This record gives sequence, C-alpha cells and structure tokens, in this order.
Amino acid sequence: MNHFPQAWGRPRDDIYGPYDSSHLHSSLPQSHTQSPAVTGTSVLGVKFKDGVVIAADNLASYGSLARFTDVKRLRTFAGTSVIGFGGDVSDMQYLDRLLQSLDIRENYSSHGHSLNAKNLHTYLAKIFYKRRSDFNPLWNNVLVAGLDDEGKPFLSQADLLGTTFSAPTLATGFGAHLAQPLLRRLVPHDEGSVKDVTREMAIDAVKECMKVLFYRDARSSDRYSIAVVTKEGEIEMKEDEKLEGQSWAFADMIRGYGTQVN
Amino acid sequence: MFRNNYDNDSVTFSPQGRIFQVEYAQEAVKQGSVVVGLVSKTHAVLVALKRNAEELSSYQKKVIAIDDHLGLSLAGLASDARVLSNFMKQQSLASKMTYGRPIPVERIVGMIGDRAQTNTQQYGRRPYGVGLLVAGIDELGPHLFEFQPSGMTQEMLACAIGARSQMARTYLERHLDEFAECDRDELLKHGLRALKESLAQDKELTVDNTSVGVVGSTSTDGKKKLENFKLYDGQEIAPLLEASLETTGTTEGETAGDAMETDS
Repeated sequence: MNHFPQAWGRPRDDIYGPYDSSHLHSSLPQSHTQSPAVTGTSVLGVKFKDGVVIAADNLASYGSLARFTDVKRLRTFAGTSVIGFGGDVSDMQYLDRLLQSLDIRENYSSHGHSLNAKNLHTYLAKIFYKRRSDFNPLWNNVLVAGLDDEGKPFLSQADLLGTTFSAPTLATGFGAHLAQPLLRRLVPHDEGSVKDVTREMAIDAVKECMKVLFYRDARSSDRYSIAVVTKEGEIEMKEDEKLEGQSWAFADMIRGYGTQVN
Repeated sequence: MFRNNYDNDSVTFSPQGRIFQVEYAQEAVKQGSVVVGLVSKTHAVLVALKRNAEELSSYQKKVIAIDDHLGLSLAGLASDARVLSNFMKQQSLASKMTYGRPIPVERIVGMIGDRAQTNTQQYGRRPYGVGLLVAGIDELGPHLFEFQPSGMTQEMLACAIGARSQMARTYLERHLDEFAECDRDELLKHGLRALKESLAQDKELTVDNTSVGVVGSTSTDGKKKLENFKLYDGQEIAPLLEASLETTGTTEGETAGDAMETDS
C-alpha cells in the first residue's frame, strides 16, 4: 500500500506489472443508433368529412428479410386516437409503452380530461425532437389520427427529427412517393375538399394505395391493419385485413430489371 | 401559564388530533384582506379588497394571472402566494409546451395541494400561510377552487376567505341560486356586492383598493371561445364599481340596508 489514491484497490505494479488501464477510457466517443434495425414500411392516412382513415401493413422487416409478419403498427391511445408507426419497430414499442404510461397518469390524476390527437401529436413531436437533439433519435415516422379540440378530424405527421407536417392526406416512407400522389386526387383543393370526401371514398382510396404499395414496395406485405376514427371519437380497428382483387398482369410488361434478360 | 407542547412543529399531532402549526397558518389566512370568488355556467370571477400598509405605500397585490385560462386571488402571506403562483405558472407553461393544452384547473390545484400537504408532514418545514381562490376555465367549463394551508382543496360554487369574510359568505349563500345563470356583468356585480358586505363601516370600495379578475367563455353559434383571464386594476375598475352601485337599489332595495347588515 502506498499513499497514491489512484493505486488503491488495484493490483500492485511491483508484483503484477504495470496496470493495463486501457479499458477505463475507451478511445471512441459514445455513439447511438445510426440506422434502424427491424423496420415497418409506409403508413397511410386520409381525412374525410366525419373522420380519419389510417392504415399500415403488418410486416416488420429485418433489412430485406420479411422477419415478422404479424406486427400491429397501428396503436390506439386513450380509445380516441390512432398512431401509425413507420420505421424502427423497437422504438415503436418503446413509444407505445411511453404513451401507455402517459395515459395511465392522465386518467389517474383527474377525471374528465383527456389528451386528444392534437395534444398527442404535439407530445410525440417534442419527444422526437428531444431525442434527436441528444443525438439519440427514435427512428420513426408516425401519423397521428383522431380529433382536435374542436372535435374536427385531425391528421398529422411527426418524424425522427421532430419535424411536423399536416395535410388532408398523408403517407410515410415509400408511401410518400407512391401513395401520396394517388391520395391527393381525393382532395384537389386540399383542406377545402375534405367536406366532399365520404368515409367509403377514403377507405377505398386507402385500400387501393395499400395495393399499389404491395405491388411496388419490396418491404411491404398483403396483410394490413386499417382503422377509422369517427367524429364521435370512436375507433373502428381491423387488424388482420388481406388485400383484395390483386392483379399482377402488369408485371409481365415490366422489362429492364429483375430476372428477365431482355 | 399553560404552555402548548404540541405546536412546535407541523408534524406532531396534539392528543386531540390537531396539528396546531397548520391551524396557526389558517389564522394567517384570516388576517389577510377579504377575497371573493364565484362561478356561473360561463364565467369565473375573483374580487379582492387590497390593503396598503401605510398611506404612502402602494396597495398589495391580491389577484395574480397565471395563464390565459387561469388566475388566483390570495388571502394571507403574499410572499407564500408568490411562490405558489410562480410554481403554477411553470406548470401551466409546461403543459402548453408539451401537449399544447391549457392545464386543467383541477389538475393544477391538485399540484399545489400536494405541495402544501408535504409541508405538513415533513419535519423542519412550515405550512404555507396563505389561502387561495383559483379561478379558471378548461374543457369542462369554468371552475373555482379553494386552497388552504392544510393542503385541502375543494371546488366551490362561490367562496370568500380572509378577514371579515363571513359577511361576504352570507351574501353568497343568500344569492347562490342566481349565480349559475348570470352573465359576465351580473356575476361581477354579485362579486363586488359580496365584497362590499364585508367592508368595515368606514370603508368603501374605490379604484385603489379593489381588484377584479374574470375568466370565461363566450359561445357564438355553438362554438365556445375562450375569454382570457382579465385582471382589472386601478382606473379600469371604475365602470365595474359604478355598475355594481347602479342597480343595488333597484333590485333589492338594499342601499340603506347594506350598512346596517354590516354592523350586525
């Protein structure tokens, strides 16, 4: 024993040789998620005159491997809002637990007050922004569907950077490129057209887009979930739907990539 | 002389089951000048009598705006009220920042209630020496809450705390049935009249010694619109005071009776 505190509790140099302290401070800086692992693909959302339709398929991919085929990517909150998650599935599960505990806390502290979809979206956006500012992002792109504080249909997006966006039709991931242009045909005048969109029109358009996505998005599946939030604040959720009326005739025409030679 | 052995701290019960420190704190509330609060179906009103320590000083603050939808009035130690109201401002802002939602009144009153209660259960702390009336509006409508140093909070239809508040309470009890249907101006009148009941003989309500806070909602064709918490002080009070005087005689014929009831 000597009088150097840094030597106390360590093997003695004169017996064991110089102490290898390399493990004490690793040379690399601490790093967080650089890319998602198990991912979900697009989420679609459409506002109609008395509510919102939201859909996502039930697939969780591990890279290009269709790893889990029964993952529910639409989650409900407080029985009045639906969140559709794209991106990392483990981060989705974390957020779901977080929201679950938020809901319990809300209901525990007083009755009669509930967070609506708009409040929920604000909260999620803050969570995303906090985490990206910590350089430790939650790798998701979410759609929040429900009602705002005036009881009107609400649909908004938030992503891993904390960016928010709102429109009568929304799509995340591949859907932003493939489905969004098709969905926009429903609402030529943006918010002004929502009053002309019926529930059936919205559902049909979403189903059609899910089909297009299954045709062209290699990380998608033909099993999907679809939820309708009505103006009464009720959620009609179907979690094991199958795409109907598929036609792969067009695939024959495609040349230039894939297995064909010419 | 008998000495009370059970009032040295706020954590010790007396054999009768009382906590003297808390009761003393409640006495501090009774030393404060009177504040009155009342609610209708659309509005919540706070009315307070301000005191000045001396002729040359300003009048104390009695009504504090917390947020757009929320305010309070105090009776007792003003500095304790400032600590509580600063806390409420923080919580209110936090709710707006994180959820984009004005904090529910019941929730924020619960928070200060919890804080006050811990002061009665931890050694070396003292209870807040202030009583509050918290008026606010949320999705369930307008609310009035009473807060006491013991940590007790309760929702009230109308309430008065502070020195000589019994007179005001009597007025409120007598007119309780009218409040619910009152509009903004009528509710203000009731508030000011209740306050006037509790005045000492030689005192009068003036623009200097009266404070008023109002919050509520107006509904135009089915849509509710928030009327932000509005604090009336100084010259702004004058029209309100006038209005409360105007109809006193016509409605109840109480102008003469007023002073006499105050005496009794």
